[in-house]
Amino acid sequence: MSEEIIKKYEGKIPAPMMEEVKLALKEKKLTKTQLETVFTRLEEKYRNARIQPGEAIGIITAESFGEPGTQMTLRTFHFAGVAEVNVTLGLPRLIEIFDARKEPSTPLMIIHLNKPYNKEEKHLEKIIAQIKEIRVYEILNEVSINLLRLQVEFVLNKKRMKELGIVEEETAKIIKDSLKTAEITEKDGRYTASPKNKEAGLPGLYTLKEKIKEVKIKGIDGIQEVIPKMDNNEILLLASGSNLKEVFKIAEVDASNTITNNIFEVAKNLGIEAARETIIAEASKVISEQGLDIDIRHIMFIADLMTVRGEIKGVTRSGITEEKESVLARASFETPIKHLINASLTGEVDYLNSVVENVMINQPIPLGTGLPSLITKLSKEKKK
Amino acid sequence: MDASFDVTKHTLVPKHSKLTVEQVTKLIGEYNISIEQLPRILKSDPAIKTLDPEVGDVIEIERKSPTIGKAKYYRMVMNG
Repeated sequence: MSEEIIKKYEGKIPAPMMEEVKLALKEKKLTKTQLETVFTRLEEKYRNARIQPGEAIGIITAESFGEPGTQMTLRTFHFAGVAEVNVTLGLPRLIEIFDARKEPSTPLMIIHLNKPYNKEEKHLEKIIAQIKEIRVYEILNEVSINLLRLQVEFVLNKKRMKELGIVEEETAKIIKDSLKTAEITEKDGRYTASPKNKEAGLPGLYTLKEKIKEVKIKGIDGIQEVIPKMDNNEILLLASGSNLKEVFKIAEVDASNTITNNIFEVAKNLGIEAARETIIAEASKVISEQGLDIDIRHIMFIADLMTVRGEIKGVTRSGITEEKESVLARASFETPIKHLINASLTGEVDYLNSVVENVMINQPIPLGTGLPSLITKLSKEKKK
Repeated sequence: MDASFDVTKHTLVPKHSKLTVEQVTKLIGEYNISIEQLPRILKSDPAIKTLDPEVGDVIEIERKSPTIGKAKYYRMVMNG
């Protein structure tokens, strides 16, 4: 009985609202007419709550962000939780997201693991060793410059290497292969690197020493730290640094749930729709962490705008503003002279279809009550 | 997962599908628009690689929306 009525209204009211009604129905018994009234009222409310044609939603979004934005922290860094992963929060992060900076100032990945690795701690060390980037300076016992012989001497830490599961011979080979400018020899575990170009002198030796320390031995580029974390009885890995493509290649990683906060990387590896989801998720996270409440529709609207061209455009003068059709609208944002000069050089036409340009030349704007004039024109055409 | 991880299996990637010519005509008729007015998606987008898209195709995206449950979105394939 009630199923019939529910079916009738399916599609007329949003699915999440429908779920709520169904949940409430389980507890309360309603007669057919009562249920019918509930739905008609609900539909009416929903219809009235919808945005009307011609409403200036852009400026509503802007103001909805603007006011709570003043209450956000201006401080950049914060240690999030016990995991001690450094993440940018508050206004700086929000600006980073909406400006579409290529690299977030604190890239962060949340890596999910496949079964059974997500329950058992014993595999963790091995997996982390695969992901975390290890450079020579982390396994060095000592490094020194021999001024007499003009060479760099270094000793590797055998104990540390064993812990990290690194074979010494391999390491030596990697160092040799990556340093083209120096000759590396080994004697009793003591390595000496002498530059082929003897002219470089002391400064050359210093650069060589730094180069040796920075040689990558294993792991994934850009991932400086990996910290395991328990979440809902599942082991997650938090990685500071982001490299989706390489992490996906690791067998133990559950690639379909692994996420990053680097929007551009998501767009490149998972597509524009995933990037849109990431923008929404990241922005909502910042806002809720600050204890603020901005309706998700506003965030979705901005995310849609940023991804409308198939690639990510920031809310900047080189991003979505550049996409505007009208010269005057573009000029009204930033660098007006540049836009006006370019437009006059190329003979651009402004059709005055949008808001800002009409405000500038003191004409009624096509918004709200200014919009319906379009409808009158249409009906005239039909009569002919 | 090996190097050829299927991105369509990722939680962030909604379902993409290519519309047929009839479906496109119906869509642009319904909204009274031209396909140039649709949002874009790059031809090289990893999520539509398996659909073998051509420039000018319309991709239907079935998003999970926190406000209305399921939402349909359309993008036109463009070069890039």
